Amino acid sequence: MLSLNCPLPKLNFDTINLGHGSGGKLTNQLLDSGVFELLSNEWLDQRHDGAILECNGPMAFTTDSFVINPIFFPGGNIGELAINGTVNDLAMCGAIPKYLSLSFIIEEGLPMTELWEILLGIRAACQEAGVYVVTGDTKVVERGKGDKIFINTTGLGQLHSSAKIDTQRVAEGDAILVSGQIATHGMAIMSVREGLDFDTEIVSDTQPLNHLVNQLLDQFGSDIKLLRDPTRGGVATVLNEVARDTQLGIDIRQRDLPLDNQVAGACELLGLDPLYVANEGVFLAVVDQSIAEEVLSFMQQTQYGSQATQIGSVTTSHPRQVVQISAIGGQRIVPMLIGEQLPRIC
Amino acid sequence: MKYLSEYRDPDVAKKYLEEIHRTVTQPWTIMEVCGGQTHSLVRNGILNLLPDEVNMVHGPGCPVCVTSLSIIDKAIHLAEQDNVILCSFGDMMRVPGSGRNLQETKAAGADVRILYSPLEAVNLAAQNPDKEVVFFAVGFETTAPANALSVIHAERRGVTNYSILSNHVLVPPAIKAVMDDPECRIQAFLAAGHVCTIMGTSEYHPLVAQYQIPMVVTGFEPLDLLQGILMVVKQLEKGEARLENQYSRMVKATGNQAAISAIEQVFEITDLIWRGLSEIPDSGLKVRPAYARFDAIRKFGINLSPVPENAECISGSIMKGLAKPHDCPNFGTKCKPERPLGAPMVSSEGACAAYYHFRAVLEEVAA
Repeated sequence: MLSLNCPLPKLNFDTINLGHGSGGKLTNQLLDSGVFELLSNEWLDQRHDGAILECNGPMAFTTDSFVINPIFFPGGNIGELAINGTVNDLAMCGAIPKYLSLSFIIEEGLPMTELWEILLGIRAACQEAGVYVVTGDTKVVERGKGDKIFINTTGLGQLHSSAKIDTQRVAEGDAILVSGQIATHGMAIMSVREGLDFDTEIVSDTQPLNHLVNQLLDQFGSDIKLLRDPTRGGVATVLNEVARDTQLGIDIRQRDLPLDNQVAGACELLGLDPLYVANEGVFLAVVDQSIAEEVLSFMQQTQYGSQATQIGSVTTSHPRQVVQISAIGGQRIVPMLIGEQLPRIC
Repeated sequence: MKYLSEYRDPDVAKKYLEEIHRTVTQPWTIMEVCGGQTHSLVRNGILNLLPDEVNMVHGPGCPVCVTSLSIIDKAIHLAEQDNVILCSFGDMMRVPGSGRNLQETKAAGADVRILYSPLEAVNLAAQNPDKEVVFFAVGFETTAPANALSVIHAERRGVTNYSILSNHVLVPPAIKAVMDDPECRIQAFLAAGHVCTIMGTSEYHPLVAQYQIPMVVTGFEPLDLLQGILMVVKQLEKGEARLENQYSRMVKATGNQAAISAIEQVFEITDLIWRGLSEIPDSGLKVRPAYARFDAIRKFGINLSPVPENAECISGSIMKGLAKPHDCPNFGTKCKPERPLGAPMVSSEGACAAYYHFRAVLEEVAA
């Protein structure tokens, strides 16, 4: 049995090499070093090529790859991100995440201590979300052919019996809610990359959203019309996708955007717009305006939604466009980004 | 955010706007020189809060927009050299050269990196002694001191594998070029607050006197811009032409002497080609002969033949205030942010990109 803090087991290797992805003895040595024990569950313990799962009724199915740099950041690591990311994608479908696959593509030379820390992050995230890694894969590529470690996770979850998440149900006048402060994850990453020091460290918001979504669906059922997590491309990108898919317009109010002071300052300093910065632990929900207050106060009493707020509403006045009403009352279009957000010169 | 939220106060903004509306009696055409101001006007939705009489024209103060095709080509040429790491500010990456842009050059295998500071590039050079590190030193008087310092630091540290590809531009000659255009309709200027923070205000008195135009050194926050516009409108309505300083919390008449010294130590004034505006006398900075070994043009002996600007792009007329972006026949059709004909459609500070993203609201307001 592994102890609670799970120190790295004694091994006769301290870095990953090509042989650890060969499928042969070294691969088994790596997996037996504690990986299986760390993630142990009735499906994974079969050590078969695949997992045989019991499914009833409609299921949601999703996949995501994680290629982040740096792999360790304030508030988490790539492992937690890979679990939470897929858990959250399932939750946004109105599903209850349960089974995950986990694939590593590791660049040779990765210190075993780092892989172990990532695995601990994976285990902690699985436990928090209540999901199981039931199958997986490990490949190792030559030095220079990867960037330390890439992770792919695929997830399966059963649809909540009351869920009716559908973009086409979004209608004029609906309220757009956000479950917490925005732009935190992206700025935590950026501040590490750029070596920025703040009074208090900006910590990534990576967290599972399935518990809060489950509670929301238990309470409000099909009144939750749409759920989306604004990861890459941020809130602006998701809202533009909703506007495009519904042929409706969206108004957001700058003064209502929940933004940590440090995050806002970091965005100013680096010339980035928080609306386009990635999030990993918040979601957007669209509900009828008449129940917006009720949904908000419900969310605010939960662990994962204590800072929930309404940021805008759906309108017919400018179809397919997202418009921000600035703090001083002016309007501007919030467009879909062409590529990645590039910092401005001055 | 302390020291910023004060300049975004909606109640104060409302008061300024009301006073601008009360003060204006006739149409005025005002140029904000700096791209940062254009960006803030758009981002804060100020343009559609101003009275119809106040016509804001977006000047040539976006470094991304005025960097000539030939210089972009030189940067790409350098990036394509085997041993070179080319470092750039972020928003130069998508500016089209005559062939491809820096982002595409990177995708094709070149080592191009986005940095926030040229001093990081000096460190990069020190860490990679077997490589040549070139910093693409563009910008106005604002970025010039840091770029000059990078050269001074590299010399002090004995980092010999560092150089800069300089394309520094200066604001006062650009204002002169705009005013000297016979078709010019600009009646007043918001001068660029950050440029004046470095250089001070003394260069602007002769321009005010020569062209008899009001000029207000203005900051970048919503209240700065509204106050600057109000100050300029008051002068216009009274028939005055003075230099005023709205951004006095940053701008001193004498500027930042340490920064000016660094610029003067490394750079000297030169004639320069501006994208869309052709060659402007004494409008740029080039590396002094004493620092020739840090000058990428000399170091690599780049000798590319000049490339004509895209004839379909009317950015010159836009930057002179002779046309609005949507007056261009290619606006939003042949020229879009994802496929720009000219640089003003690339940068978020560029007038064309700003208008492109703002278009639906403008149309709605007009309807």
